[in-house]
Amino acid sequence: MELDRIEKLLEKYFDASATVAEEKIIRDYFLNEDIPAHLQRYAPMFKYFSNAKEERFTKRLPLRPGNRSYWKGISVAAVVVLVFGIYFGRSYQERKKAEYAYQETKKALSLLALNLERGTEKVAYLREFEETKQKIYNNN
Amino acid sequence: MQQTEFLNVVLPFKDKLFRMAMRLLVSREEAEDATQEIILKLWEKKKAMVGYNNVEAYAMMMTKNFCLDRLKSKQAGNLKLVHSNYSDDSVSLQRQVEVRDSLGWIEKIMQELPEQQKIILQLRDVEQYEYDEISKLLEMSPTAVRVALSRARKTVREKLMEKENYGIG
Repeated sequence: MELDRIEKLLEKYFDASATVAEEKIIRDYFLNEDIPAHLQRYAPMFKYFSNAKEERFTKRLPLRPGNRSYWKGISVAAVVVLVFGIYFGRSYQERKKAEYAYQETKKALSLLALNLERGTEKVAYLREFEETKQKIYNNN
Repeated sequence: MQQTEFLNVVLPFKDKLFRMAMRLLVSREEAEDATQEIILKLWEKKKAMVGYNNVEAYAMMMTKNFCLDRLKSKQAGNLKLVHSNYSDDSVSLQRQVEVRDSLGWIEKIMQELPEQQKIILQLRDVEQYEYDEISKLLEMSPTAVRVALSRARKTVREKLMEKENYGIG
């Protein structure tokens, strides 16, 4: 490539008035071709730019499956389970309590029945006494 | 948008984001963290992302803004520790050791450019974005982009010549 043209393009490059295509010509020239001594000094610039483009980002990306609808679904389900749990848990407790009360009442009633029976036994004695008394009266 | 789909969109330009972050933040670790954060932000916004017609430009803009914010907060935090009169010498001595070859030298020159020129040089000469893409991305007029770019390139050239003349390194 004619030196003249390169020098002109280089001037345009530093004035930032070159087109994208012209800049590409300059870049390729300084990266590939044999460069005359007086232009050698510019070569590191273009070499540096092309080297700088080789940097790579290598760090790991901790992308969590931050799917929000998924979490929302889970939390709704958890709340439902919790509410039902409390509701049924409470009614179960109530049934237990009622059963306990029923047992207690039954115990109390049977105790009462027992004592009542004991009472009637005594009444039986009393009746016998009455009958005997009647007999004595009749005999007299 | 599923994870694989997201990665298909984002992975092709993740290195560009990283390089932009490197250009602005200088340290590799910081640039890695910044890039990671940007991609995670995109992941959170993945539903809205479907609507953007140019995800890459959007991500690039996010990266630029994120890094500039970070620099600003860092500068604010370090304000009390800056000694303008001697810090420069010690740094340059240290850097001279690192910067043996001319490529490293150019890296150093670019670090000293104003942020906006860094960004434009990065986008045009490293990533080879088109001029109208750059002006859209930075919300600058095409002329302003070219002016800043010309200034940046000329500064690099000038510093490079200085180095040659003094024979540092």
